[in-house]
Amino acid sequence: MDIILDGIRKAFHLLFTFDAEVLGITWFSLKVSGTATFISLFFGMSVGTVVALTQFPGRKFVVSLINTGMALPPVVVGLFVTIFLWRNGPLGFMEILYTPAAMIIAQAIIATPIVTGISLAAMQQLPKKLRLQILALGATRLQMVRILVREARLPLLAAVMAGFGGVISEVGASIMVGGNIKGYTRVLTTATVMETSRGNFDIAIALGIILLIFAYMINLVLTQIQQRERPR
Amino acid sequence: MAVLSLMAAGIFMAAVSAIPVDAAPVQKNIILATTTSTQDSGLLDVLIPVFEKKRGYFVKTIAVGSGQAMAMGAKGEADVLLVHSEAAEKKFMADGNGVNRRLVMHNDYIIVGPPGDPAGIKGIKKASEAFKKIAATGSIFMSRGDNSGTHAKEKDIWKAAGVKYEGEKWYQQTGLGMGQTLAVAAEKKTYTLADRGTYLALKKNLGLDILVEGDAILLNVYHVIEVNPKKWPKVNAPGGKAFADFMVSKGTQDIIKTFGVEKFGSPLFFPDAGKKVEDLGK
Amino acid sequence: MTTANAILEARNLKVIRGGSLLVHVPSLIIGEGETLSLIGPNGAGKTTLLQALCHLMRPSAGDILFRGEKVGDSYAILEYRRKLAMVFQEPLLFDTTVFENVASGLKIRGLGTDLIRQIVTEQLNRFGIGHLGGRSARTLSGGEAQRTSLARAFAIKPEILFLDEPFASLDPPTREAIIVDLGKAIAETGTTTAIATHDRNEALRLSDRIAMMDGGKIVQIGSPSDVMNRPVDKLVAAFVGIETILQGRVRKKQGGSIFVDVNGNEIEVAGDVEAGTNVTLCIRPENVTLSLSPPVMATSARNVFPGRISRITFLGLVVKIEIACGFPLVAYVTGNAMEDLSLREGKEVTAQFKATAVHVINKMSM
Repeated sequence: MDIILDGIRKAFHLLFTFDAEVLGITWFSLKVSGTATFISLFFGMSVGTVVALTQFPGRKFVVSLINTGMALPPVVVGLFVTIFLWRNGPLGFMEILYTPAAMIIAQAIIATPIVTGISLAAMQQLPKKLRLQILALGATRLQMVRILVREARLPLLAAVMAGFGGVISEVGASIMVGGNIKGYTRVLTTATVMETSRGNFDIAIALGIILLIFAYMINLVLTQIQQRERPR
Repeated sequence: MAVLSLMAAGIFMAAVSAIPVDAAPVQKNIILATTTSTQDSGLLDVLIPVFEKKRGYFVKTIAVGSGQAMAMGAKGEADVLLVHSEAAEKKFMADGNGVNRRLVMHNDYIIVGPPGDPAGIKGIKKASEAFKKIAATGSIFMSRGDNSGTHAKEKDIWKAAGVKYEGEKWYQQTGLGMGQTLAVAAEKKTYTLADRGTYLALKKNLGLDILVEGDAILLNVYHVIEVNPKKWPKVNAPGGKAFADFMVSKGTQDIIKTFGVEKFGSPLFFPDAGKKVEDLGK
Repeated sequence: MTTANAILEARNLKVIRGGSLLVHVPSLIIGEGETLSLIGPNGAGKTTLLQALCHLMRPSAGDILFRGEKVGDSYAILEYRRKLAMVFQEPLLFDTTVFENVASGLKIRGLGTDLIRQIVTEQLNRFGIGHLGGRSARTLSGGEAQRTSLARAFAIKPEILFLDEPFASLDPPTREAIIVDLGKAIAETGTTTAIATHDRNEALRLSDRIAMMDGGKIVQIGSPSDVMNRPVDKLVAAFVGIETILQGRVRKKQGGSIFVDVNGNEIEVAGDVEAGTNVTLCIRPENVTLSLSPPVMATSARNVFPGRISRITFLGLVVKIEIACGFPLVAYVTGNAMEDLSLREGKEVTAQFKATAVHVINKMSM
């Protein structure tokens, strides 16, 4: 029990003394996961929307693929990305293994199916006749998609939170493709693993608490936006 | 403070160059494969920045299990190794994977245990004797069980002692790193084999005593090995060589000699560049 | 209705989905400013026809001409659609304020803020929801939501307004109020309107013409009294609420009337059909009067039949009385009349109806 209290105390100490390394790691974690989430939103929402709104042969298969992708183990993604980015791997010439770019790629791959799946569900639960009504109001196809996305904005925001939550807390892939290099590819989760293995449990708990605090703050903002128009 | 500001500068540079790909030319990056216990000692946190500043390289320290570090070198995915697994290293060299295997430093392992010392091993000179007594008394021994360098050393000692330990009730394995294993051993008041560095770093919270030390078999010897560019053309050969040279240079050896003294009262490592392995120890 | 003043014309319109022919309309002309109702049972194709006319559903064959020009050729489909508005049974409002909803069609067309505000306010007031502008659409009652949907449709000043069973989900008092307001709006703006409904009264009140659909085809189209009182076949008759449908044979034709034998009874009908023809007679229950037998007053009804009440069913405002008088006859009476005459099952009554109140369906003359 004291070890947890130690951890809490350490967390506040690190934060309020603006410990350079911890703040650096935190800021870097947010940047990497934020960028990865942003990329995943771009691919995920567009694919999810297209699949939700169109009929095409093999659609059921694609939907089940997307849903399976949501359960993709991050560490498996990390393994495959590493194999591709190895010097002797197919993309080795790009020389991005053990760089922040590799982490962003791996995290984007992890987040995209999550965002896609939830976006797909979000768009599918819109009433089918709504599309007709929007067309009847004289909308172009593009205008229709924009209006539908706006109508589904609440669950779509949930997709953003799910995608971000999935990668800010991820450690397996991040360690593999990033290498946990001090000051370069070290994030809160990988640093936590390292401190734990060193036996510095109080620091490990502190880092975990810091991660939770920042993740909470971000989700607070997103939830505010999502829940803002719920009068009654 | 200097270290801290160096770190801050490093982070700033990293932030600026974070996305998407390193703008610096290929040769600036060196991939150093080493073990978690080496990283955990904190020695590299001191040495790497000195090297980087001096030679202008960017060192990517990938700290993994000993087995994985050697495997990375064997596949040409690292430029230089800093490891401490005698048998595995010899095989590595025999397979033609490395060149210029040079002695850098050593630290030692110690057998630690509860102050009560139920097996009565305190002061025994030979580690294998101590292990025999632990087995004989059925006192619990906590092994790392993770194929790390420490684990390999532990197995060597059991072999020297001629004792069966696999599957015995008193033999437990954590599968964890050194720090965690020490914490578990302290919690359960068991014996364990640890490297002096990690033990000293955690000593004040543990409540475990040093019971056996100084036996030659307990030496943990570090070599730096450059990955063979002839076998793996993509390695950064000049970078790997620069780092290896740095590790055995006088200035570095001096840093190693005093590392840890201020904090723990005794050094964590003993510099050995240029010596022969047989001459080590007392 | 001629092509000359037609605003919309469908020629040889076919809609085929999944191998079935859902709609087949060889010709339909909607005149400018008229209100046309499509009535018919569920599955008759009313919704499909409306959506095909709007080009929300692609016709499999045939042409749609808007003011004489083919849609798809001279008119791009989007351009055509922007001249129309459609209101569905569900309000299908957007998750925003009432004001924004009504403005949505205008925003799609890229109108300016001030103009939008002016138009939206006008429409909100027209439909009696001016006080609801800032409310979230989610908090509206069924009637308020449907008024919003109507305001949204009228806001874009459509050349043709389509409504697909717009009031089917509303309770009668709400429906009543909205029908009145819609009727006023249509009259004020002179908008051409096409409504699909299964409520006969709605069709009667709002339409200039009624088209009855069944099995994807228009089986009859004409003025309300045409369709209601002179249904072209049994199907239409049953749908428009003619409860008494009898099979008979013309026995003789004389002086503007025909005398039809139905089960051994003779019914005089105003009409001109050759003797010997098999006909179907339709008698609206509102046109049958009852009195206690024997008849107390002399009336001008030619057809007087004594009989016995076989069943009484309460239908809310009216009471349906089934009488066996040699043939099954149905009459509607008010609750008051029920009491005055102390009607009950088994009672002997006399039923009367005029010769002009009987409509003849003669298949030959089709």
